[in-house]
Amino acid sequence: MSVTPPASHTSPPSGSAFILKKALISALVALVLFSLMIGIRTEAGNQGGLIYWTRFGDLATMVGLVFGGSIIVELLRQWFGPVDTDRIVPKPVRRAMSFAGGLVAPALLVFALFVPVIFYDQRYILDLAILVLTYVMLGWGLNVVVGLAGLLDLGYVAFYAVGAYSYALLATDFGLSFWVCLPLAGILAACWGVLLGFPVLRLRGDYLAIVTLAFGEIIRLVITNWQSLTGGPNGVSGIPRPTLFGIPLDNSDDGLAAKLGIEFSPTHRLVFLFYLILAMALLTNWVTIRLRRLPIGRAWEALREDEVACRALGINTTTTKLTAFATGAMFGGLAGAFFATRQGFISPESFTFQESALVLAIVVLGGMGSQLGVALAAVAMIGGFELFRGFDQYRMLVFGIAMVLLMIWRPRGLVGHRAPTVYLERSQAISSDLVKEGHG
Amino acid sequence: MSDAPILTVEHLMMRFGGIVAVNDLSFTAERRKITALIGPNGAGKTTVFNCITGFYRPSGGAIRLNRDDGRTIQLERLNDFRIAKQANVARTFQNIRLFPGMTALENLMVAQHNALMRASGLTLLGLLGVPSWRSAERSAIELARTWLKRIGLLERADDAAGNLPYGDQRRLEIARAMCTEPTLLCLDEPAAGLNARESGALNELLLSIRAEQGTSILLIEHDMSVVMEISDHVVVMDYGVKIAEGAPQAVRDDPKVIAAYLGADEEEAIAVMEKAN
Repeated sequence: MSVTPPASHTSPPSGSAFILKKALISALVALVLFSLMIGIRTEAGNQGGLIYWTRFGDLATMVGLVFGGSIIVELLRQWFGPVDTDRIVPKPVRRAMSFAGGLVAPALLVFALFVPVIFYDQRYILDLAILVLTYVMLGWGLNVVVGLAGLLDLGYVAFYAVGAYSYALLATDFGLSFWVCLPLAGILAACWGVLLGFPVLRLRGDYLAIVTLAFGEIIRLVITNWQSLTGGPNGVSGIPRPTLFGIPLDNSDDGLAAKLGIEFSPTHRLVFLFYLILAMALLTNWVTIRLRRLPIGRAWEALREDEVACRALGINTTTTKLTAFATGAMFGGLAGAFFATRQGFISPESFTFQESALVLAIVVLGGMGSQLGVALAAVAMIGGFELFRGFDQYRMLVFGIAMVLLMIWRPRGLVGHRAPTVYLERSQAISSDLVKEGHG
Repeated sequence: MSDAPILTVEHLMMRFGGIVAVNDLSFTAERRKITALIGPNGAGKTTVFNCITGFYRPSGGAIRLNRDDGRTIQLERLNDFRIAKQANVARTFQNIRLFPGMTALENLMVAQHNALMRASGLTLLGLLGVPSWRSAERSAIELARTWLKRIGLLERADDAAGNLPYGDQRRLEIARAMCTEPTLLCLDEPAAGLNARESGALNELLLSIRAEQGTSILLIEHDMSVVMEISDHVVVMDYGVKIAEGAPQAVRDDPKVIAAYLGADEEEAIAVMEKAN
């Protein structure tokens, strides 16, 4: 309710007694669980009979670890404190921090521009950077729907798939070039966004999420089963690579390398793809920032805040939601077309629910509505995922723990506050506990 | 300009299943006047409001809005956002419904959505940043600034609406409704929760809106000091029907009204009044 003042913060219980009690409870639970899992080891003996032996030493170590870990976690939590309490930070430090915060975005942009120069010899890093930027673009696209309009969309991958297949089929069946197909893929995906939007407009919150989830699956199943058009599970192969306005990037006689008179290297294409996705992602960002300052963008955010009030102000909530869906879908479609041209081969396997979940996780982790937060989250998620590749089977575990810790520390995402779209005197960030998440 | 009443409600009926919330209600609201709709809790006042502003579709009856240009709009046929958009009826809510995560200024900018959408060429011209859009945006900010000044919130224009004190939120909601440039302004208990000084300021604001903008106002109110001081005409409801109507003074002395508010029989109320006199 808009009238309720922010709840007064009752300080959570602290003190050594509380911590000790909590740690003891954790240790007790661990003891019960681990006494059978670790404390007793069973095995089939030589004669086929069951033999067992006890490992109370290991059990004691585990319980001790849980006890100690619980104390450390609780201490850390009290040290960080809940997000909405004002931490005692000296004013100059805070000012310096906000100044540094303002520099993050430009620094990141400049760094992105020089990535191919710095890492020219490292194909792996270039590949990874392209992947990260694809997810940045997807995150920014979904941010319009989830972050600004507050419509929870779990089937975003559907538009990614529509864009990818649009380009793949138009290019392989009709021989259209990438630059013709790119806007077509965007428009087609936007149309699908509107198509999805119509039936789901009456739904709110969880129901909306479930229907969009189903929509994502339907698209994938249709692609898998419509063999004659999409090639079914075999996918579409031989998708043309993008050209630099008609000049191919290969080692043929009229390729770019030959024309410029330099030696051909496959890295040229990677660099080109990198700048292509960077430009597309930046376009997404620019359009979104622009839209936020236009009446339509403000209406999206107003819709997230209070739909009833929007109707009382004469805002057509139906078309406003549809435009949000269509805009988000368009960016997803553009990213999909890029994905198809980068891979050269697409199949339904690339468009599973996991992709939707990953993009949504990026948006939520970044702080819904924040462009910078989404970019940082994409770097952290995709980059971090690669970083933990060495951990092999523990990768998901480490990653899950990292996510949980981050959400405890910053429940509203990396960048939780909202920047106003217009101001008279000064633009001041709006704290996240005032901003609504939207209910669909 | 026509002199016909701004709003004519005829035989309005609203049923929810077996419950009749509003039963055969007829009244008019005069142009450039303040009409108050009062009655005990549960009398059906807010239901009437929701019918007028399109949140409910009436079960029966007619609601006619006579615009300044002489056109008549059948409000019961429009619904949802169209009443605000096409008939220029604005409303506020009993439990304030601002956009808490947006600044006071942004709240007033959202209110000008339809005008700004036209000016931005349905977003396309705005995206390109053509000069006509820029000037439209500037004048929208100017209008918002004027209203912020009138409600005394210019200093807090860039603060989140959810951070404003309660009384300021009430006034901001009225300013937001006024930013849609309505012909009829419907206020649902604007003085609820305000202290005496704040409700005095509210009276002045409403009177100045009537005088300067010439907006007709329809209000639901429990605070009798507001009703008696500023309204030109009072309609009293109880159990979904109109029990009295007239000038504030006349209504105040009506035994039926007193009976409804005291929850007593009419005879008892008359007896009480006679004793008092």
